[in-house]
Amino acid sequence: MSTVRVLVGTRKGAFILTSDGKRKDWKVSEPLFTGWEVYHLKGSPADPNRLYASQCSGWFGQQIQRSEDGGANWTPVGNKFTYEGVPGTHQWYDGTAHPWEFKRVWHLEPSLGDPDLVYAGVEDAALFKSSDGGATWLELAGLRGHDTGPHWQPGAGGMCLHTVILDPADPGRMYIAISAAGAFRTDDGGKSWKPINKGLVSNFMPNPTAEVGHCVHHVAMHRERPGVLFMQKHWDVMRSDDAGENWQEVSGNLPTDFGFVIDVHAHEPETIYVVPIKSDSEHFPLDGKLQVYRSRTGGNEWEALTKGLPQKDCYVNVLRDAMAVDSLDACGVYFGTTGGQVYASADAGDNWTPIVRDLPAVLSVEVQTLA
Amino acid sequence: MSGAMRTVKVILPYHLRTLAGVGAEVEVEVSEPVTVRRVLDSLEVRYPMLRGTIRDHVTQKRRPFLRFFACEQDLSHDATDSLLPDAVASGEEPLLIIGAIAGG
Repeated sequence: MSTVRVLVGTRKGAFILTSDGKRKDWKVSEPLFTGWEVYHLKGSPADPNRLYASQCSGWFGQQIQRSEDGGANWTPVGNKFTYEGVPGTHQWYDGTAHPWEFKRVWHLEPSLGDPDLVYAGVEDAALFKSSDGGATWLELAGLRGHDTGPHWQPGAGGMCLHTVILDPADPGRMYIAISAAGAFRTDDGGKSWKPINKGLVSNFMPNPTAEVGHCVHHVAMHRERPGVLFMQKHWDVMRSDDAGENWQEVSGNLPTDFGFVIDVHAHEPETIYVVPIKSDSEHFPLDGKLQVYRSRTGGNEWEALTKGLPQKDCYVNVLRDAMAVDSLDACGVYFGTTGGQVYASADAGDNWTPIVRDLPAVLSVEVQTLA
Repeated sequence: MSGAMRTVKVILPYHLRTLAGVGAEVEVEVSEPVTVRRVLDSLEVRYPMLRGTIRDHVTQKRRPFLRFFACEQDLSHDATDSLLPDAVASGEEPLLIIGAIAGG
């Protein structure tokens, strides 16, 4: 019987939720890293018991924790994130030059094949790499050194590099996304980077179709179709069929196309999920109804999934890294809310149940499907 | 030039105790002269996970939400190479590392 492990990062610690393949009865761990913000936890695909966690605090800064036993025990590893060379400046909210300052790790992406190789997306936006299990970190400085770097600006949540996607078919290719610079791709293992924002339209920008400056909230990919990307932008749901070279809007009949999360079904590359949020000014669901929307056509045609989700008086948000899928059949879908609920669907979104209701605000959700 | 070794008591804030897996008070061996810088150097050698949590990795500046106290004195703004009080150097009194009180 398979086991499913859901890794939940919250504002006040982390939790590990486990169930068998039925995904009906769940065990909730004691809180980990209590009192610290845990922006993200993720397991190595090559060694699922190797987990990494980003633990941070306004008082004590950044820690990276590593587990070798699926999260039962943790060891602090390297926390020295130093920008390569003279950091330079990016644009501040008011348009003035502001020095790059490391604040926290938003996202950890372990390599697909090497448990000791892991990438970290950080605020202020940069990508770091560790080849020794998180003990030491080196910046892949070609990204921040891109010609457009001095023009990048933070979004309301900070200038964060929040999405890191590794191409399973091409070890040199990676995608990243930054709020509010946009999406970028490397084809040479992180030495050089290209903005991939053609087709994005952001009306808050002086030039709505500029090469950079777009507030990309999240990007998702199906591992069997690495050239196809789905994006939840600040406003607009987008897709690209050519590795990000061009994007088309696929918001279709969504009631609002503002949101943060987006993910792809484990077995159906054209089935995607979003959680529409009312607007950039009101970060909660429309009409107090928490609804996941699913498209089985790769976008444009969407259906509301509501069974088991609160359909009145619900004013939570679902943050950008807080949705994930398992790889069982039927595909399980999971998301966490700023109200501390983690919802699970064991049937690809048709029916939902809360695994837990009263955690601290959920920052991230990842899922491991274990044999 | 390093002098004789002293045993200095340090009281850590709660979250650094849990991070380092220690109790409220730890003891570190510090070579004279006993200064904040030398106490932190010894502390970080003994508990490497504390590197970057009390002072910045690169600039070595105290993190803004932490303060240093000893013998009822706020030492936070003293030069880190200033001598700590004799009572701290002799192990009679601890160096307190205090986190700012803040809610949320």
